[in-house]
Amino acid sequence: MSTIARQGRGFRAGYAFLYLAFLYIPVLFLPLFSFNSGIYVAFPIQGWTLKWYGTLLVNDRLHEALGNSLEVAVAAALISTTLAIFAAKAFTRYRYRGQRLSLGVVMLPMVMPDIIVGVSLLILLNQVGIGLGLHSVIIGHTMICLPFAVAVLMSRMEGFDRNLEEASLDLGEGPVATFFRVTLPLILPGVVASLLLTFTISFDEFIIAFFLSATDTTLPVFIWSQLRFPQRLPTVLALGACILVFSACLVVFSEWFRRRGQVSAGPGVWS
Amino acid sequence: MSEGALARPGTAPAAAGDDLLTRWRRRYLRSEGIRGWCLSAPALFVVIAALAVPIGLLVLFSFWTQDYVHIDTSLTLHNYQLIARRTVYLEVFLRSVAISGLVTLMTVTLAYPLAYYVAFDVTRKKMVWLILITLPFWTSYLLRVFAWKIILGYGGVVNSGLQWLGLIEEPLSFLLYNPFAVILTLAHAWAAFAILPIYVSLEKIDRSLLEAATDLGDGPIERFWRVTFPLSMPGVIAAAIVIFIPTVGDYVTPALVGGPSGLMIANLIQTQFSKANDWPLGAALSIASMVTVTLIACLFVWFSKKATARIA
Amino acid sequence: MSDPARFIDIQKVTKRFGSVTAVDAVDLQIARGEFFSLLGASGCGKTTLLRMLAGFESPTEGEILIDGQPMAAVAAHRRPTNMVFQSYAIFPHLNVGQNIAYGLRKERLPKLELKKRVDEALEMIKLSGYASRRADQLSGGQRQRVALARALIRRPKVLLLDEPLGALDKKLREEMQLELRQLQESLGITFVFVTHDQEEALTMSDRIAVMSAGNVLQVDDPHSLYERPSCAQVAAFIGSMNFLKGKVRGRENGHAVVEAEGLGTIRAEAVAGEFGEGAPILLAIRPEKLAITDSAERAPLDNYVGAIEGKIAAASYLGDRSHYYVTLPGVQRPLAVAAQNVDRETEGWLQSGAPVWLSWQPKGPILLPAE
Repeated sequence: MSTIARQGRGFRAGYAFLYLAFLYIPVLFLPLFSFNSGIYVAFPIQGWTLKWYGTLLVNDRLHEALGNSLEVAVAAALISTTLAIFAAKAFTRYRYRGQRLSLGVVMLPMVMPDIIVGVSLLILLNQVGIGLGLHSVIIGHTMICLPFAVAVLMSRMEGFDRNLEEASLDLGEGPVATFFRVTLPLILPGVVASLLLTFTISFDEFIIAFFLSATDTTLPVFIWSQLRFPQRLPTVLALGACILVFSACLVVFSEWFRRRGQVSAGPGVWS
Repeated sequence: MSEGALARPGTAPAAAGDDLLTRWRRRYLRSEGIRGWCLSAPALFVVIAALAVPIGLLVLFSFWTQDYVHIDTSLTLHNYQLIARRTVYLEVFLRSVAISGLVTLMTVTLAYPLAYYVAFDVTRKKMVWLILITLPFWTSYLLRVFAWKIILGYGGVVNSGLQWLGLIEEPLSFLLYNPFAVILTLAHAWAAFAILPIYVSLEKIDRSLLEAATDLGDGPIERFWRVTFPLSMPGVIAAAIVIFIPTVGDYVTPALVGGPSGLMIANLIQTQFSKANDWPLGAALSIASMVTVTLIACLFVWFSKKATARIA
Repeated sequence: MSDPARFIDIQKVTKRFGSVTAVDAVDLQIARGEFFSLLGASGCGKTTLLRMLAGFESPTEGEILIDGQPMAAVAAHRRPTNMVFQSYAIFPHLNVGQNIAYGLRKERLPKLELKKRVDEALEMIKLSGYASRRADQLSGGQRQRVALARALIRRPKVLLLDEPLGALDKKLREEMQLELRQLQESLGITFVFVTHDQEEALTMSDRIAVMSAGNVLQVDDPHSLYERPSCAQVAAFIGSMNFLKGKVRGRENGHAVVEAEGLGTIRAEAVAGEFGEGAPILLAIRPEKLAITDSAERAPLDNYVGAIEGKIAAASYLGDRSHYYVTLPGVQRPLAVAAQNVDRETEGWLQSGAPVWLSWQPKGPILLPAE
């Protein structure tokens, strides 16, 4: 048995590396060709250059779109995570009639195609006269981020002993003080994870923003508008490379933070 | 000592004298339901106001008609009849479901061995593997899809590379703008969403169950099919749902790499809301696709649960 | 001030979770300064009752008063109670000193005073110098002590303890039992102690409430609980007990005359409740109240009755004592008998299958109502 298992293991390891190659190679073409001095994305590489990164610095519409995206993503991350903290507490700490239904409703956006979210919000905002713009995108993004934030925070809250909050109440701290002195420090890694995740989801989201942003383009909508022009492709590639590096730093940071959280909160929770 | 005692010096248990605040406080303390609803209300409000209400409106819209700019609000099945009559819509529906179905099958099948490897074979550097797997998915979805356009395109990476190496004379034109390109791109773009749920369900399996199966006479292959696989089924189902539903409604991929033969529902819907400017028809298409997807997803969950029960 | 005997007054308290009744119309009075135990098997409602005292659950019906104050509208954090949790609930993100000082924030003590109070508390639990230790660097026993100090530093009127010794090993548990009892006596605080361990409850408590299925079966001091159980359930739960079915035949000099299976017609002095003639009863007798001998002649004479012949079904030697199971003709279940091994020479003289004679004092058996 063990020999077969070991053989299988070798195959699986090989397969795993092939799979990683499949995941990474297409993505890595973006930074590779961003250093190509030719306009066309084709082999052979014409020559190495950084000029496309220079164009990033002087593109006003890009800066505007980036600013819009940051604004939307920060707002959506903050709002959805804040709402999710309360909702996750309700879903993990109490038992009541209608709880499962409420959880189902909050999780619904996760299984809703984004295009449906986009067009239905488009219709609603038009009908009630709120109109389109960044605020509409924030509404849409907050909603689609919510289930992810709730999922992250619920697993974090389930991970620590409910008695800890009771102990704090027992020691004379009210619900608010208990939240800030016990609950928040213990779920902090989850809060940070949720903020990062929802920020990324919003920052990356295209189709809802496409329908709702009107003239205030977000970064993905801006990129989309550039894809039609071959001569602007190298700039887009340079932008893509920047996003790639930025995301990688974000992931590494969040992982580092999560581990730090585990060291201080993890082993203490076993009892 | 306690503030409660100080606040009401010498109070007798006087029910009649309780003020409204005390009564409310008592009820709030007593009922987990009230506390639960209060805390989850803001989140529920957002989802109801920004999803349930708009979808209700979408349903309503789908029974209206539009004639250039004027919207006729008398209720009619006209849009749905149109969808049923025009074979091109049915074709796009079927194609979308088929493409997403294939993508789901492919992604889950390809992801399973990797998830298995990380869950069972990797012992010390699990976290590194998980980061490696998720890292590409933190980058822009648009750019990941676009990467395939530059890879598969007429003057793209594959063609230019092969020409450069002298392997082909003329660029291969069958690589891009077809359903195959859509499937490949989607399978790549959604890979992590398959790996993670499967990995989690495999990781959760109690290792002593596997030892018990071996102890009771199962070989590694029997053990996999009789214990490991059925127990990982929740992850497989979750992965399938998480991939199938959004990919059916994906707009970016078919628009970038699909060409006319690879168009999907979302492109059709988007056209109604822009160029064609027939919002009610777009609404009807949205509702029709939502219902279809939901039905297929429910059928799939029901069927796979039955199947798992039979295997086990 | 309230009546010291009703320092904690639990009045007809019922707690239902959905269709499950966890605590069923419980009436209990706990005196000031008492060490009071709630004893029962898991799921009997004892922890729910404790959590209602702490304010984590509110009664579905009934009222709880502490020191004369009704508690219904008083939130957990405003109650004059503090709790030692079964899991200890030591805050993992705070060190030992911060854990102990947690409940003192509202007193706004100057820094030095705070440090002094924490140091005193650490000294009390014999963990001086541990203030800056992290919670995960503590052993089970140390965590238990920190939880205790953290609760006591607030000088509560009532300390609630939810099976605080359950996670400790046997030796440490016995040490802590003694320490807890001494602490309670020196502080004079009312302790309400939840446990499923009857030995623990007997050793430590002034009074014990035995609970089962949400009801309080009996409230008494350890001695009365053991020697005068009010029903078969309590008798079976505390220590071990032999039960024989029987009927009341009459009265004689204030004692009941009972016909019990296997024993014939006998006199029983200890009676729980009133029984009419012909009433079905249970005759309960503890294993150590039975004397066992290898011949009728050697049976003790003074004040002893009986000398009924039986056969040893099983014997086990435990050093200080031996346990026997003796079958009597006409009795379905063998009787358990515990004998002190006073005589070194008796070793091995009672083997499985050997004929033996059982006798007892008339005060030994207790009459209980049949179920």
